[in-house]
Amino acid sequence: MSTSAAPGLVVSAEQRKRARSLGIAYLVLAVVCFTIFTRRAGDAGFRISESSQFTLPAQGFGWALGIVLIAIAAGQLLRGFGKLSNVVLALATAAFFMSFMAWAAAGDSFSFVGMLQDTVSRSVPITLGAVAGILSERSGVINISIEGMLLASACTSAIGASLTNLWLGTLVGILTGVALAAILAVMSIRYKVDQVIVGFAINFFALGVTSFISFRVLVPNRDTMNNLLPVMPIRIPLFADIPFFGQILFDQTIFVYFSFATVALATWGLYRTKWGLRTRAIGEYPRAAGTLGVDVNKLRYRNLLLAGAVAGVGGAWWPIGIVGRFDQNITNGRGFIALAAVIFGRWHPVGALCGALVFALAEAVRLKIGNFDTGIPSEFLIMAPYLVTLIVVAGFIGASRAPKAAGQPYEDQ
Amino acid sequence: MNETLKSLRFTLLAVVAALFVSAFIIVITDIEALGDGNLGKAFGTVGRAYWGLFKGSFGSLRAISNTITGATPLLLAGLAVSAAFKAGLFNIGATGQMLAGAVTGLFVGFAFQLPPIIHVPFALLASAAGGAAFGAIPGVLKARTGAHEVITTIMLNGIASFTVLWLLKTQLFKREGRDDAISKFVEDSAKLPKLFGFMGNRIDLLAHTGFIVGLLATFAFWWLLRKTTLGFEMQATGFNQEAARYAGMRTKSLMVTSMAIAGAFAGLAGGSEVLGLYGYASATVAGDIGFDAIAVALLGRSTPIGTLVSALLFGALQAGGRQMQVDTDVPIDLIIVLRALIVMFIAAPLLVKAMFRMRGEATSFGQTFRGWGG
Repeated sequence: MSTSAAPGLVVSAEQRKRARSLGIAYLVLAVVCFTIFTRRAGDAGFRISESSQFTLPAQGFGWALGIVLIAIAAGQLLRGFGKLSNVVLALATAAFFMSFMAWAAAGDSFSFVGMLQDTVSRSVPITLGAVAGILSERSGVINISIEGMLLASACTSAIGASLTNLWLGTLVGILTGVALAAILAVMSIRYKVDQVIVGFAINFFALGVTSFISFRVLVPNRDTMNNLLPVMPIRIPLFADIPFFGQILFDQTIFVYFSFATVALATWGLYRTKWGLRTRAIGEYPRAAGTLGVDVNKLRYRNLLLAGAVAGVGGAWWPIGIVGRFDQNITNGRGFIALAAVIFGRWHPVGALCGALVFALAEAVRLKIGNFDTGIPSEFLIMAPYLVTLIVVAGFIGASRAPKAAGQPYEDQ
Repeated sequence: MNETLKSLRFTLLAVVAALFVSAFIIVITDIEALGDGNLGKAFGTVGRAYWGLFKGSFGSLRAISNTITGATPLLLAGLAVSAAFKAGLFNIGATGQMLAGAVTGLFVGFAFQLPPIIHVPFALLASAAGGAAFGAIPGVLKARTGAHEVITTIMLNGIASFTVLWLLKTQLFKREGRDDAISKFVEDSAKLPKLFGFMGNRIDLLAHTGFIVGLLATFAFWWLLRKTTLGFEMQATGFNQEAARYAGMRTKSLMVTSMAIAGAFAGLAGGSEVLGLYGYASATVAGDIGFDAIAVALLGRSTPIGTLVSALLFGALQAGGRQMQVDTDVPIDLIIVLRALIVMFIAAPLLVKAMFRMRGEATSFGQTFRGWGG
C-alpha cells in the first residue's frame, strides 16, 4: 500500500489521524454504554467455574464504564497515551465487552468460562486455515482455496474416521488437504495459471464434490460412512487446575493444542530459521532469492504442501473434533474468515490467531446470547461477528501490506 | 489459425476435459453399481446424465428459457465482479450488493402506484442505486482507512444477509399473514415483462426482460471501458495503482467510483430477480449467485463479452443440471464440479495442451488480480 511507503513526516500525520479516530471511537463506545447498556436492570451472573460466579450490576456497570470511557476519550484526544495507548485500548475493549455481556445477561446468569472455552475451540479451523494461508502467501502464492481445503478434508476425514479410526481419519483429512494444495501448486507454479482462479476453482470443486458425495454416498450409507464419536478433551495435569484459565486453555481437545503449537512453530520457523528467511524472501523478492541459490519453485511446492496439511487438520476438526459427522457445506465460509484473519493479522501467525479468536468469540457470544431475551432482534446479534470484524479492520488495523510477490509466478532465467 | 478460433478451440477442449473428469466422478460414486461389478450401468448413468444436461439447457424452448433465466442474475452479478477486477479490486461482495438492490427495488416495486412505463425503470434504478450505495462502502473504507476489500466485502455480505432477514419481517416489508421472512408482492406495474410474452401466456417460460437489462449493462460496461476517460482511469488504476497516481489520477476516488459501479450492476441483478422472476423477495433471493458470479467473471477474463458468454454457459449448466437430477439420480451438485473444472481447464491452457498433446504456443491470459497490495 502507498501509505506504508511514505516518509517520516507523513507517517506521523497518519498517527495523529489514528489517535484522533481512536478518541472518537471511545466516545462512540461511551454513547453505546449510556444509551443501550444502561437500559436493562438487574445483576448478571458470570459463572467462572462449576460452583463459583461473580456478578456485575448491568446498569451500574454501564454508567460507570460510560463515564470512564469519556475520560479516556478526553485523554486520548487532548494528549494521547503514547506508548500505553494499545494497553488502554485493550483494557477499554475488554471492559466494554464485559458491560455488553452484563447487559445481555441482566437478571440471569451464564457460564462465562464455558463461553470462552467454546471460543478457543471454535478458533481452531480458522486459525489453522489462516496459518495455511500464511504459509502459502509468505512464499508468494495467493491462497484463496482455504475454504475448499477445509471443506474437502472435513468430508474425507469423516468418511475415513467412520470406516477406520480417528487417527486414520485425521490422516485422510491431512492427505486431502495436501492433494488440493498439490493441485494449487502444480497449477500455479508449473502451469502458471492465475492463482486466484485456481483457488476459486478449487473452492468450487471441493464444494461440488463434497455435496455430491454427501448426497450420493453419505446419505444412503449414513450409519457406516458418516457416523463417528468425536475426540474427548484432554486435561493437562497441573495446568488444567489453574483457576479460570486452566479450564479455558488446558481442558481442550488435541485439536486446540495442535492449533496453538502450529502457531508457535510457524512463528518460530518463519522468523528464526533459515527456512523462514528463505520463505519470506521468495514471497517478497523471488528474483533475488533465486540469484542467491534458493530453488524458488521447489520451496514454493514444499510450503504449499505443508499448508495443505495444516488446513487438512483444520478441516478434520469438524467431524473429529466436535460434530461427529459431515454435513453438506459444513465449513460455511469459515475458510474465507480465515482468509480475512490472514489479512487482519498482517500475514503473521500470532496476528492471525488473534483474528481467529476475535471471530470465534463473537460466534460463541452469539450462541450464548441467543438464550437471553434482550429485546434486540436476533438477526442483529448474529450479525455481530461481521460487524465487529468490519469495525476492527476499518478502524484499527487499516492497510496491511501483503508479501510483495504473492500472485506472481516465478520463472528461472 | 487466428486468435479467436484458437481460443474457441481451447474453450471447447476445456469443456470436454471437464465433462470427462465429471464422468469419472459419477462412475466412482455409483457405489451400488460398482459393488455389483455392473460397470455398464454406471456408464449408462453418465450418458443419461449428460443427455439430461443437454436436454434441460437447449433441448426445447422451455429449456432455453430456463437457461436465460439462470444466466440473467449471473451476468449482472458477474459484471459486478468484472468491473471491480478491472479496477484492481476483488469484489466478493456481490451477494450483499444484490441484496441491497433487491430490497430497494422491492420497496419501489410495492410502495408506489405508477404506470408500468415509469414504474419499471424507476424500480430498476432504485435497485442500481441501492447496490451502488452498498457497493461504495468497501470502496470508501479502502480509500479512507486502507481496509482490504476482501475482508470488508465478506463481512458486508454477512451484515446484508441478516439485515435483509430482519427487514423482511418488519411491518413495512412483511407479507400479510406470514411470519417468516417473505415480502409483499410488487405491484404488477413494476414487474419486468416476460421475454417470451409475445408467444402467448405460457407460464412455464420464466425468462424475463431482466436479460435485456443484462445485455444493456454488458454494453454499458464495454462502453465504459472502451470509450470513457473514467473507464480508462479505472483500468489504469487496476493495472498499476502507483503509476496511475503519479499520472495524476485520483486513485482513491476512483476506488469508490469503481466499487459503486460494480455495486450498481449487482444491485440490478438483485432487482431483476425480484421484479422479473419472483415478484417478491425472500431471505434467499441472492442465493449463491454472488459467489458463482466470481467464477463467471474469472472465466470471462473480466471482459464484457467474456462475462456474457460464461454467464450463459453457467446458466445452461444450471438449467440442465435440474433436468439431470430429475432424469437420473445424479445430484445437481455435479454442475458445481463441472463449473470448477471448466474454470480450471480454461485458465490452464498449458495443461489442456499437455492433455491433448497439442503443439504450438498456448494463448496466455495474464493475470486478473494483481496480488493483495493494490
